[in-house]
Amino acid sequence: MSGGVDSAVAAARAAEAGHDVTGVHLALSANPQSYRTGARGCCTLEDSRDARRAADVIGIPFYVWDMAERFHRDVVEDFVSEYAAGRTPNPCLRCNEKIKFEAVLDRALALGFDAVVTGHHARLSDGVLRRSADAGKDQSYVLGVLTREQLAHAMFPLGDSTKAQVREEAAARGLAVAAKPDSHDVCFIADGDTRGFLAERLGAEPGPIVDESGAVVGSHAGSYGFTIGQRKGLHIDRPTADGRPRYVLSIEPVSNTVTVGPRSSLAVRSIVAERPVWNGPLPAPHAPVACDVQLRAHGEVYPCRAQLSGDLLNIELDTPATGVAAGQAAVLYHSDTVLGSATITSST
Amino acid sequence: MAYLDHAATTPMHPEAIKAMTAQLELVGNASSLHASGRRTRRVVEEARETIADALGARPSEVVFTSGGTEADNLAIKGLYWARRAASGADRVLVGAVEHHAVLDPAHWLHERQGASVEMLEVDEHGRVQPGTLRAAIERDPGRVALVCVMWANNEVGTVQPVRELAAVAAEHGIPFHSDAVQAVGQLPVSFAESGVASMAVSGHKVGGPMGVGALLLARGVDPVPVIHGGGQERDVRSGTLDAPAAAGFAAALRVAVGDREENTARLRALREELVARVRAAVPDVVLNGHPDDHLPGIAHFTFPGCEGDALLMLLDAKGVECSTGSACSAGVAQPSHVLLAMGADATRARGSLRFSLGHTSTRDDLDRLAEVIAPAVDRARRAGLT
Repeated sequence: MSGGVDSAVAAARAAEAGHDVTGVHLALSANPQSYRTGARGCCTLEDSRDARRAADVIGIPFYVWDMAERFHRDVVEDFVSEYAAGRTPNPCLRCNEKIKFEAVLDRALALGFDAVVTGHHARLSDGVLRRSADAGKDQSYVLGVLTREQLAHAMFPLGDSTKAQVREEAAARGLAVAAKPDSHDVCFIADGDTRGFLAERLGAEPGPIVDESGAVVGSHAGSYGFTIGQRKGLHIDRPTADGRPRYVLSIEPVSNTVTVGPRSSLAVRSIVAERPVWNGPLPAPHAPVACDVQLRAHGEVYPCRAQLSGDLLNIELDTPATGVAAGQAAVLYHSDTVLGSATITSST
Repeated sequence: MAYLDHAATTPMHPEAIKAMTAQLELVGNASSLHASGRRTRRVVEEARETIADALGARPSEVVFTSGGTEADNLAIKGLYWARRAASGADRVLVGAVEHHAVLDPAHWLHERQGASVEMLEVDEHGRVQPGTLRAAIERDPGRVALVCVMWANNEVGTVQPVRELAAVAAEHGIPFHSDAVQAVGQLPVSFAESGVASMAVSGHKVGGPMGVGALLLARGVDPVPVIHGGGQERDVRSGTLDAPAAAGFAAALRVAVGDREENTARLRALREELVARVRAAVPDVVLNGHPDDHLPGIAHFTFPGCEGDALLMLLDAKGVECSTGSACSAGVAQPSHVLLAMGADATRARGSLRFSLGHTSTRDDLDRLAEVIAPAVDRARRAGLT
């Protein structure tokens, strides 16, 4: 229970369904104030109190579990090292994979619980993950990395509801968090300044910004501050010949080079991804299977053919996609059902 | 359900409820000059006399506060300010296993007021040895503003040699403050005979209401006030006197001290049985605290391989209520500073639970605990130390 409205209503629904429910708030920082302050985030003292208050109203026991060390190691340090390696991680996905459905789930099972319930907007029917009834709030993408085993011990009671319904229900249940704003951005970056957060940890590493011909067109203070498809914040003085905007095409951490070019050069058709997880209703696709793929949170969905080959997942898009960044997850869907996922390593 | 957390708070005595509720129905401010005021003042002063009588003090030595924490704050900050102004003394000597109501004001004095706060080491049982205090004072006696050592520890139950310690401080004319919140009603406590300059007591720990307590101040001990206002309570603690709470507190204290010998004999027997049954269920359990000089109702254990929090949760789910006894900041359990000071490592300090018995405890509570402790410890061990 983060202290937000979703997990509060999820807990209430699970309790009402007759389960023996215990509320758990995760302390993700050894020093809560050093993370986000105010009502935007999910790990302040105020959030902990909100979660406790919700649990009291629902009438369930409530405990704070200290996951600060695990979170720092598996999410925060991973986030920093992924950027340092020129990739673009998704920390929420990592947190689901390593914290909520690994550290928390393992501990819960050992203590005699059967499942971890969260307020994620996604549906789970017979162990198969599906998109939320609220397309705008759907979080199946950040859950797509979970294995069948993890999903077998998961419950998402909000999947059939829209966010508006969840808020209404919270108000009707007398939960004070009914109108609390949604959390945004990365919860462990207090001011939302990802580049500043990375710069503080990785230091300044000036390097060149080049165009596709290799000509230097600008400079940067650290290649980790960029994401594939990024257009803003490049600080290049010289305009392009045709006046069209430049986008980040690739990040090469070894030579510390950021390559920029026109939007058309961003388009990719082939994606290679590693660490495949096949958690859906279909058998693992050793021959190409036609499905859809989502390449970032709240991103577009592209029809594609996907095939497993060894430890890699090869994805051929039917229509080109832009802004495909290594480190992001490629989550495969069949209609609204999640088939599996893998972490993008390269695209052409 | 088995309530084994009487050291956190204990049920109110019926006499206290009656005395308190009787006053709740009446009007009157003890500072008013008219008949209602006089009636109320009489209630407050009778409560003060009862409390003084129960604690071996004079009525004029009883200063009502909102509880033990406020009493500790008033003694520590107030005496420090007074001594500092009078003689420039700036050293504060504090037992290492004190409650946060003592440690935090002392740390605040250090951080914000420039005090030199020095921790008095304890032995493996949690006791401050008089020699430790003597050595600390003698490093620079003229600069010691005050000494604080609790009467009995709230986590492990160890009783401090308060009289001997107070005598050491007295040799140098240094005021000695003792937090006696856990001791009153459990041990013979005589303010006059102890030789302490000030002593904190709490209403709800003795079967009285929450939100009331007292600081006992010996004659001639004059702390600078923390709360300023109408000049009540010898000008040391302003604020309208809470007559219903004072009446409830006094009634509870009369019962607790009056029944003390009979009650504590019963508690000692129950505690012995509790320890035996926990040991039978969990053979490698470690009992913490002083083997003889401990509070009659507290049994504090380390369960090797368990996290105290996890065990507490599992016991709570089975209707057994106890405490890790450690402080929470942001709800995250910290290893107990008491056990760390006694020489335990962080793992042992985190794997500990306190069971505390009180005037309503029965053998049924022990039966319930004995039934659920072994499987709960098994479970907690499987979850391990995260």
